[in-house]
Amino acid sequence: MKRLNFLWNVSKNFFTCGIIGLTISDRYISIVPIRGGSMSPTFNPHWSTSVKTYSGDRVLVEKLCLDKYKFSLGDVVVFCSPSNHKEKCVKRITALPGDWVSSPYSYDAVKIPDGHCWVEGDNSASSLDSKSIGPVPLGLIKGRATHIIWPPQRIGKVEQTIPRGRIDF
Amino acid sequence: MFARMKPLVKEALNQTLIFGKFLCLLHITDKYICSPIIVHGPSMLPTMNLTGDVILAEHISSRFGKLSVGDVVLVSSPENPRKTVTKRILGLEGDKVAFLVDPSFGSGNYRTIVVPKGHVWIQGDNIYASKDSRHFGPVPYGLIHGKVFCRLWPPDGFGWLDQ
Repeated sequence: MKRLNFLWNVSKNFFTCGIIGLTISDRYISIVPIRGGSMSPTFNPHWSTSVKTYSGDRVLVEKLCLDKYKFSLGDVVVFCSPSNHKEKCVKRITALPGDWVSSPYSYDAVKIPDGHCWVEGDNSASSLDSKSIGPVPLGLIKGRATHIIWPPQRIGKVEQTIPRGRIDF
Repeated sequence: MFARMKPLVKEALNQTLIFGKFLCLLHITDKYICSPIIVHGPSMLPTMNLTGDVILAEHISSRFGKLSVGDVVLVSSPENPRKTVTKRILGLEGDKVAFLVDPSFGSGNYRTIVVPKGHVWIQGDNIYASKDSRHFGPVPYGLIHGKVFCRLWPPDGFGWLDQ
């Protein structure tokens, strides 16, 4: 009987911690591991596909920005991939609704429609981003990366940099 | 004085904790299981009324990708992420969809499109007053929040929604 009581208590505490943790990670802040080298040198500067042992950076993602969907240029955001909703991508916003973007492959400018944004990886050589999939709806964005928290030697803020040669309209 | 305050503070902390847990449970239910929603507007007219129906939406089948053609879903609008719209799925990825470009001009201008990977084609039931995939194209699956399955209000329309 005592044993059963103990088990019941443990599972109750487990459940409570679970719901509190899930709520916090849904509404306020969560931790996301980064895989792949599309955002190097900001994240994973030494990423290569041959080295499997290198584990990626962990970043802190805040969700309070989702209340108003107010983003600024240079924010690093986490969003669901438009072609596969189970996959999350981390990219940098380089243009907001109403801006014009010059597409590097075709020589014309694209206007970003309402409620969309243009995202690009920092490592333009190996990044699947808006240059191939077009503008991404803001509703797919799941949070904004603010700090790198792991590995310890790379702890620090994520800088908001605007890539050169983008916005010249 | 301090000794007298101690049980009071403890009690207050306990109550706050219970209240906090309750809020968390509410959030989890609302986000992952099911939630009531008020819908306005003419875009789903024969299925839903013009003035504020209360409907119940579940979030389980959209999370596991079990949606099918004909389901009424909640989608956050691609044009304004803070707005949620109610529409019906008319095509999943890979389906071929034929639609009227402008219904007020009679039935001549049909167009056919193949829904790309990871997207769905959504349309309102009232084709004359609905802003949907005919304007902004197929929407990514990730924008879908839930599936509407039951109507709570008005009382005479209470019941399951059919596909």
